[in-house]
Amino acid sequence: MRINRLTAAAVAILAATFSTACSGGSGEPSAPAGDSTSAAPAGPVELTYWTWVPNMDKIVAVWNQAHPDIQVTVSKQAGGDDAAAKFLTAAKAGNPPDLVQAEYQMLPSFVAADAVADIRAETEQARAEFGDGIWGLVTLGTDAVYAVPQDSGPMMLYYRQDLFEKYDIEVPKTWDEYAQAARAVREKDPKVFLGTFSSKDPGWFAGLSQQAGAQWWSISGDAWKVAVDDEATAKVAGYWGGLVKEGVIDGMPFFTPEWNKALNDGRLLTWPSAVWGPGVLSSNAPKAEGKWAIAPLPQWNAGENHSGFWGGSSTAVAAKSPDKAAAARFATWLNTDPQALDLLIKEGSIYPASTKGAALLTGAPDYFADQPDFWRQAAAIGATARGFTFGPNVNVTYNAYRDAFDQAVAAKTDFAAAVRTMQETTVADMRKSGFTLAQ
Amino acid sequence: MTHRKKGARAHRAGAVPYMFLAPAMALFALFLALPIGYTVYLSLRRTRVSGLGLGRGARKEIFVGLDNYAAAVGDGELWAGWLRVLGYGALVLVVMLGLALLFALMLDAAKVRLARFTRISIFLPYAVPGVAATLMWGFLYLPSLSPFGDRPFLSADLVTFSMANVAVWGGTGFNMLVLYTALRAVPRDYYEAARIDGASEVQIALRIKIPILTPAIILTTVFSVIATVQVFTEPTTLRPLTNTISSTWSPLMKVYRDAFVTGDLYAAAATSMVIAAISLVLSFGFLRVVKNRAFGEG
Repeated sequence: MRINRLTAAAVAILAATFSTACSGGSGEPSAPAGDSTSAAPAGPVELTYWTWVPNMDKIVAVWNQAHPDIQVTVSKQAGGDDAAAKFLTAAKAGNPPDLVQAEYQMLPSFVAADAVADIRAETEQARAEFGDGIWGLVTLGTDAVYAVPQDSGPMMLYYRQDLFEKYDIEVPKTWDEYAQAARAVREKDPKVFLGTFSSKDPGWFAGLSQQAGAQWWSISGDAWKVAVDDEATAKVAGYWGGLVKEGVIDGMPFFTPEWNKALNDGRLLTWPSAVWGPGVLSSNAPKAEGKWAIAPLPQWNAGENHSGFWGGSSTAVAAKSPDKAAAARFATWLNTDPQALDLLIKEGSIYPASTKGAALLTGAPDYFADQPDFWRQAAAIGATARGFTFGPNVNVTYNAYRDAFDQAVAAKTDFAAAVRTMQETTVADMRKSGFTLAQ
Repeated sequence: MTHRKKGARAHRAGAVPYMFLAPAMALFALFLALPIGYTVYLSLRRTRVSGLGLGRGARKEIFVGLDNYAAAVGDGELWAGWLRVLGYGALVLVVMLGLALLFALMLDAAKVRLARFTRISIFLPYAVPGVAATLMWGFLYLPSLSPFGDRPFLSADLVTFSMANVAVWGGTGFNMLVLYTALRAVPRDYYEAARIDGASEVQIALRIKIPILTPAIILTTVFSVIATVQVFTEPTTLRPLTNTISSTWSPLMKVYRDAFVTGDLYAAAATSMVIAAISLVLSFGFLRVVKNRAFGEG
């Protein structure tokens, strides 16, 4: 009615064509020259950086002050899937930014689209600053290095301390206890849920599956092995599906106005989330400040100690950037320099991936002011988190998650079937593209 | 042809209209023909990955003929999407145009108070951007925030109606204005003559105004058909709030998903060509069916 959307799409495609045509001439000859330490450019190097870390411009200002020869300009992005799509489109069109914030699960897609550069030579020094698990996420298990890790999201259980006392519930140590608690809560107050299963957050489900030991993708030789419906994932799906069907776990998605309201009103008692949770809770549930506490995720078997990752991102250098070396220098500084890490924590409210950075965290977040040992607990939990290799078409898998689980939650049908749909969709897409798949 | 001199002059004059047309032609070529051409080109290609697909040169673009079209047409989700949109469109079309016609007739009736104010208040929702309108309604639909109580407006059974409501709310005013403007252009003598013949206001509306309005009604119908076929804003904006709207709820959402979520620009290009063809058939088909009646041709 208001805009002819086909026209709009056509114009967008046209714009892309033009930028390809325009940049094709200038971009390609200079690409090899910018590969490494070539002749020093005449003026200062100008870099653009796409990121959605809050206050990144302030952090970059510190770099620009100290490095008059390499000037970085921040372009604030919306984040999430849209940001990844935008970067891939820009890379295809030939005019990507020099630096981009890349979520770990999207990095393989960027690599597969040949959109990010291998910065192994430039990041040799930085290697020692990161743990093996995190580093594996930016090498994808290859010899190349595709990004510098920035933050990570080990998962933990957020719970309403005051309401746990009110309803007389113990903090659940296993998922069995969590299920018992979910039933107990419903009996005591039918308006309240212990938790909710979000069909909109595949990253969350991936983290819970990692905790259970899932390996959705792996590389064996020259082939991808895809096991989105592996035993661990099926166990996680079956567990939550049973509770949703039973009606003791709610089915409302996270980050919706409904969810905010439930958090504020004390109608949701737990949130299995990641270390970046305080920022979300303080902005989405300001009324409950000081009432939440953290604990390790419930375990599948008593005595185990595992967690997974939800979110986290890295800083990658675009393959088409004419100044890759300078960009890699900035990416390294941003994520390993003590001053930069300090700023990332204070201004950007992130949980740094570098081991040095995690040690800089002191003083609990305001929202958890009563828990002075918040970061010590978080670090202990973070050490137990295990991840998995992400595949080259995570976006397809994640989209399949949303569609399949949307239906399964709404109709309260079998969650294991939704996981199988994810697997089938992922495999079909990879086969269509021509990836070699292991049997 | 026979007079050479005259012919030469005509030839010179002949270039002038083209010069006047040139900007329009250039714009048309640049912003319509070229993008459509590029979309067609893309729709015939796809990327081919070898091995793990990592590293340089592991991915190249190849020509695949009509494969993408076969996949687009063979995808059940696209047709399920069309079904959903047809149901939604039928609802929107009937209710929105019905209300628009009713309001236009009422405003045009002789004895109406506050006509100006009413007209503007009915038109006003059209000025609200689609995303804002949908978000506003979305919040009204959410059970825990809704002033209408704990009703599941976004449940699987009701979500189509809830979405149609947003479109009706936003679109009625515009269509009413088109119809009302057409009505104002009708000479008042007709009505006077009808009144002298003893026709009531209702009879005047049914027997005189509506027949005269037919071309305008057809125009608004064609516009509305095109708009509902392209429905995108409402379901996309409501989707994060509920789990009853899939990423392929409407055909255009599927195009968006293919292009920007799952990163398959080629499938998206093919699907949009299919959608464009169907929209063309729908709107021209409708025009063809009603042409003779509406414009008294043939």
